[in-house]
Amino acid sequence: MNPDDLHYTQSHEWVRIDGDIGTIGITEHAQKELGEIVYLEMPEVGHVYNADEEFGTVESVKAVSELFIPISGEVVEVNKAAVAEPGIVNDDPFGDGWLVKVKVTTDDEIRKLMTAEQYAEYVQAEEQEK
Amino acid sequence: MSAPVEAAVLKRTPLYSLHRELGAKLIDFGGWEMPVQYTGILEEHRAVRERAGIFDVSHMGELEVRGPGALGSLQTLTPNDVSRLADGRCHYSAFLTEDGTFVDDLLVYRRAPDDFLVVVNASNTPKDFDWAAGRVGGAASVVNRSDEYALLAVQGPLAGDLVARAFGDDPRDLAYYAFRTMPILGHPVLVSRTGYTGEDGFELYLSPEAAEPVMRRLLELGREEGVMPCGLGARDTLRLEAKMALYGNDIDDTVTPWEADLGWIVKMEKGDFVGRDALARQKAAGVTRKLAGFEMVDRGIARHGYPARAPHGPGVVTSGTHSPTLGRPIGLAMLPVADTPPGTEFEAEIRGRAARARVVPTPFYKRTKKEVSP
Repeated sequence: MNPDDLHYTQSHEWVRIDGDIGTIGITEHAQKELGEIVYLEMPEVGHVYNADEEFGTVESVKAVSELFIPISGEVVEVNKAAVAEPGIVNDDPFGDGWLVKVKVTTDDEIRKLMTAEQYAEYVQAEEQEK
Repeated sequence: MSAPVEAAVLKRTPLYSLHRELGAKLIDFGGWEMPVQYTGILEEHRAVRERAGIFDVSHMGELEVRGPGALGSLQTLTPNDVSRLADGRCHYSAFLTEDGTFVDDLLVYRRAPDDFLVVVNASNTPKDFDWAAGRVGGAASVVNRSDEYALLAVQGPLAGDLVARAFGDDPRDLAYYAFRTMPILGHPVLVSRTGYTGEDGFELYLSPEAAEPVMRRLLELGREEGVMPCGLGARDTLRLEAKMALYGNDIDDTVTPWEADLGWIVKMEKGDFVGRDALARQKAAGVTRKLAGFEMVDRGIARHGYPARAPHGPGVVTSGTHSPTLGRPIGLAMLPVADTPPGTEFEAEIRGRAARARVVPTPFYKRTKKEVSP
């Protein structure tokens, strides 16, 4: 399920903080909703984002979804393996299927994100609305 | 990630509970709650290309046209030549507006000289019924029989064998676009050798109560060979690879058969029909735009509605997806005629970014023809 050491957004991205580096991806729930991912559009290294900005898109056979960055920062790495083979995101969204790494500029934004437990509740509530 | 779609009050097919049981992901498709996928679009797509898949397409509409004036009426209502249909044969055709544009695309089945079944797109059924009912002469009647039919499409190289084994009657004596009534599990079923996948296959028109037992039987029998239930997601990628038009995407009431590269369904010499004058005028004046297949040169998938900039003017992408068979993006675009020869490059605008695409010959996928008879 959703790892405890990650922080989650309402738009189903996650971020893992490791020193001043934030690794960002989409959740298991998100990849399941999307279905087989066939295409990722990722930002250039060096691009600076404010939290909640669109940083890329993820495309399944059926649909396109925008990706929103959970925290502000400069992109320091893009997961080239996932761009080359987007199925990795389906197979391992919390691990090898990460998307980008950013250099974190502030700690404040992390506190606004959900814990694994809060995110699980959020997903459940969202499911019930359907 | 963007938010999921909310559910509305939707119509359901007789197979709804079976879809739930099979773990289908259900979506709103033109007011119907339909399976978009069960296990995954790519896997289901592959099953149809390599083995067989079973689709619930019960949402499709069936209009019955009967009476001594049925043939004459359909000759007026549709552009294809209905007089060429023998009993037990069907063909692809359309209802057209006076402007020669599509009201809908459809199949016309001749069950008897005075008894036809017109199979139309689900969401167009009420519109098509009104359109046809207002135009048939006094010697024919149009009845909307959609609620009396469920429809299963069994598609793929193993489809004929599967139907034969499941019901003890081999349908492979049928030619393409031929049909006959088969007794299946005690129900009379109209079996036609048609489909929307570019693969050999059969469509089974059956009574609603027969739908579930028939689908269960086909799935049970085919399980070992990898026959799968397939959703509308795979249906869309399959039909696009075969370059079959989708109403609402590639064709609608702004597009004529000439423009849609469907001129072969128009038989100008057969006599008058609705839309004929406009089509004659357009042919004489010359068609200025046409549907063409493309592949991407740059990265990205150009999808329905994305703008196109071709050397001779603007165009629009009408369908676009990732082709599971080819492993790369494909699509159809309405382009200036001068830009439709294969090899022509144009730009598609993918969410604000210009991406190069190239016109290619179609269909994108063509099955290798195997023996038609058993």
